[in-house]
Amino acid sequence: MFQSPPLLAALLISFALGSVYSIEDIPDVDGDRDFGIQSFSLSLGQEKGKVRLGSGNLTVWFHKEKSNPFINTKSSGRISMAVAVNVSRFEGITMAPPDPILGVSEAFKADNDEKKLNLGVGAYRTEELQPYVLNVVKKAENLMLERGEYKEYLPIEGLAAFNKVTAELLLGADNTVIKQQRVATVQGLSGTGSLRLAAALIERYFPGAKVLISSPTWGNHKNIFNDARVPWSEYRYYDPKTVGLDFEGMIADLKAAPEGSFILLHGCAHNPTGIDPTPEQWEKIADVIQEKNHIPFFDVAYQGFASGSLDADAASVRLFAARGMELLVAQSYSKNLGLYAERIGAINVICSSVDAAARVKSQLKRLARPMYSNPPVHGARIVANVVGDPTLFDEWKAEMDMMAGRIKGVRQKLFDSLSAKDKSGKDWSLYKADWHVLLHRIEQSSVKIQRKPTSRSNKKKESENMTNKWHVYMTKDGRISLAGLNLAKCEYLADAIVDSYHNAKGLNSV
Amino acid sequence: MWRHQLMTTSRCFSTSIRALHWWDHVCPAPKDPITSVTEAFLADTSPVKINLGVGAYRDDEGKPVILQCLRDAEAKIAGCDFLESISSAVSSKLVEESVKLVYGKDSDVIKEGRYAGVQALSGTGACRLFAEFQKRFHPESQIYLPNPTWSNHHNIWRDAQVQQNTFSYYHPDLKGLNFTALMDDVKNAPDGSFFLLHPCAHNPTGVDPTEEQWREISHQFKVKNHFPFFDMAYQGFASGDLDRDALSIRIFLEDGHLLGCAQSFAKNMGLYGHRVGCLSVLCNDMKQAVAIKSQLQKIARAMYSSPPVHGTSLVSTVLSDPDIKALWVKEVKGMANRIQTMRTNLQESLWQLGSSLNWQHITNQVGMFCFSGLTPKQVDWLAREFHIYMTHDGRMSMAGVTTGNVNYLANAINEVTKYGENA
Repeated sequence: MFQSPPLLAALLISFALGSVYSIEDIPDVDGDRDFGIQSFSLSLGQEKGKVRLGSGNLTVWFHKEKSNPFINTKSSGRISMAVAVNVSRFEGITMAPPDPILGVSEAFKADNDEKKLNLGVGAYRTEELQPYVLNVVKKAENLMLERGEYKEYLPIEGLAAFNKVTAELLLGADNTVIKQQRVATVQGLSGTGSLRLAAALIERYFPGAKVLISSPTWGNHKNIFNDARVPWSEYRYYDPKTVGLDFEGMIADLKAAPEGSFILLHGCAHNPTGIDPTPEQWEKIADVIQEKNHIPFFDVAYQGFASGSLDADAASVRLFAARGMELLVAQSYSKNLGLYAERIGAINVICSSVDAAARVKSQLKRLARPMYSNPPVHGARIVANVVGDPTLFDEWKAEMDMMAGRIKGVRQKLFDSLSAKDKSGKDWSLYKADWHVLLHRIEQSSVKIQRKPTSRSNKKKESENMTNKWHVYMTKDGRISLAGLNLAKCEYLADAIVDSYHNAKGLNSV
Repeated sequence: MWRHQLMTTSRCFSTSIRALHWWDHVCPAPKDPITSVTEAFLADTSPVKINLGVGAYRDDEGKPVILQCLRDAEAKIAGCDFLESISSAVSSKLVEESVKLVYGKDSDVIKEGRYAGVQALSGTGACRLFAEFQKRFHPESQIYLPNPTWSNHHNIWRDAQVQQNTFSYYHPDLKGLNFTALMDDVKNAPDGSFFLLHPCAHNPTGVDPTEEQWREISHQFKVKNHFPFFDMAYQGFASGDLDRDALSIRIFLEDGHLLGCAQSFAKNMGLYGHRVGCLSVLCNDMKQAVAIKSQLQKIARAMYSSPPVHGTSLVSTVLSDPDIKALWVKEVKGMANRIQTMRTNLQESLWQLGSSLNWQHITNQVGMFCFSGLTPKQVDWLAREFHIYMTHDGRMSMAGVTTGNVNYLANAINEVTKYGENA
């Protein structure tokens, strides 16, 4: 206490005032005593009363008038000690860095240029670049409004109807693991919340076990595992030389990891690269995982957006489940049902037995209770209504097709514009080949254009040129979300890309 | 306790693990003491059953209520094409209105913007955000929780890995506040400790300090430089008056404490399932407020990113539309009054039945809960024979009592208590 300047100051001032008080006013004996002030009042004592409280026999001191040198009382005009002693406990806290993804939208909003383009966060936009509320969602919400449903607490594990349909959507209603009740499903707060629950489960039941995440991966994965105190390391994934999957590197890194590691895999539409393993590659990945006794952990955030087919996009997960493996799967309905703001998703743990699934579910609940008690009801009801009703379900599939189709159209136009505009003789066929593949096999809501810079700093310079000169907002790793692009702006974006590629300061031409 | 169990059974690095059986060492979790009451109640097929477990408001027919102010708010926002584009604006509005509710719209902290406010997942989420924040920036600190407190408080700070202690609160003989022991514990705690306080309608006891007692507590907190963290879950339910229920916090505010406060709209707006709440931490100045807010958002980002928008929009609409807000204030008072009436009725019924025990605490205690003093054995008996469900600590949610069931309840309580505790 005596090392702290504010308190020392308070002490000195109190000492001075304490002497004044003891002469002029009814003293605050407690205050004097607590601060070691020797006043006449303290030594002489003052009027007191005794009260017995129940079985206690403590003495309570009554003051004729409450006086406290540390409180600013209006009637006496004493100096307020509040400021002197009241240094915030959080004095040393610095500003957190802006989130690399969400920070982009903030910067975009602040920009007044009318040509600006937001290709940051992966949220779907219409051709008019407006957010889109799916028609099936509106229909579901109207139904819910008419029914006037209660707002009672959901059970900790979430809405039962939602949990049922979400597992079925992921695995197929006829899947053995579902029929055998071997899936522990708990509603979570979208992908993030579901991942966090899984991370907490890993930390508690596999203390010290590592999670391997792809290089690169979604920016928030690292934050989630860091905050959950789960150690992580990276496995090679993206190969800038081929603008494709570094399959050998990935396999080697999975083999080198300590036995019993958790391998974080993107079920489809890898974020941020947009590059997915082929079915054959998935088989080989599953082989290595089994061989090394690893546990697969899927993050499925784009089911329906990769190929346009919900079933096809779940193929990787179903492949692993069909092998009899135990695995974790986090799901999100932010993108495919446009329910970003309602925070609806699920964590599924596919176990080897009904008993294990029941126990795991109970422990997931135990982790959720001190996080948020029970999950929000609104989004869960929407999903349950849409997925559970055959008519609405079909309408949803059609809408998803439309959304994926718009993005496909935009990607084609961008490619065409780039090829037409770039007169440098630069060979874009590298990208055409991939884009050809991307166009016809993997259609995603976010195509991640990975240019071929020779160094990290070049990538950053390109991004900065895109933003500063062209008012195109994207994340610093070079990821652009095509969901934020429309046909009308493709040519403008192509100009920006060509310019940044060739003219960004300090860039080596390739 | 579970960590010890885990350590003895964990074999996560054993090479003998087969890929098929990762979860063998996972034991079934103990049932949550509060939600498991509802589960048991739901499983009971008796027509006379009563649920006095979870603190969710019911009307006089025992049905959940959708407040009219909420219906008005729903109608107002229906058909709004927003979702993510305006969700951050709505969230800011919610925080603005929430802090006014608890600190008073004319308070200096609000006028000067000296608070870091973020929306949270109801009260639980707000407490958890704060616990994680406390751990991150005061890693060696402890939290002092009242004895008793809402059971989930222990879970929250434990999972945030903050060491916890308790301080005296409830006097079982008096069925009231053990004020001297409370003050002793406050004085004896190391300087600069973090304390969790219930600003009104203490859960589970329903016992609140008087205004004078709050002033003394606040003074002692200044002397000891303790950090007061308030969990405001029942604003409006204690006295029926929203401002009056915030008095304790405003006393601390006057005394210059830079406190923290978790708020929940689950009960007083009937938004249980929507998970709407707010966390605020008072600061020296706006600059610090901005810094702290950024750190809170960072913690939230790795937990769930952002809160669900639907409930947010409802609360924001209710609080910022004067007519709807006025209706809400009336409805909160109505809910509090009904509970107060049920307290009186229950007490009178028990006296009429000739119960010789002192049931004064039923009307002395405030808020949703009555800490009945029933023993676990008596609680089990009530469930088994009378199909009346409450938590094992004898906490009864008075919101579950109706004019239709109060006599049945009184009779049952009388039956299990008339022969004393050893019956």
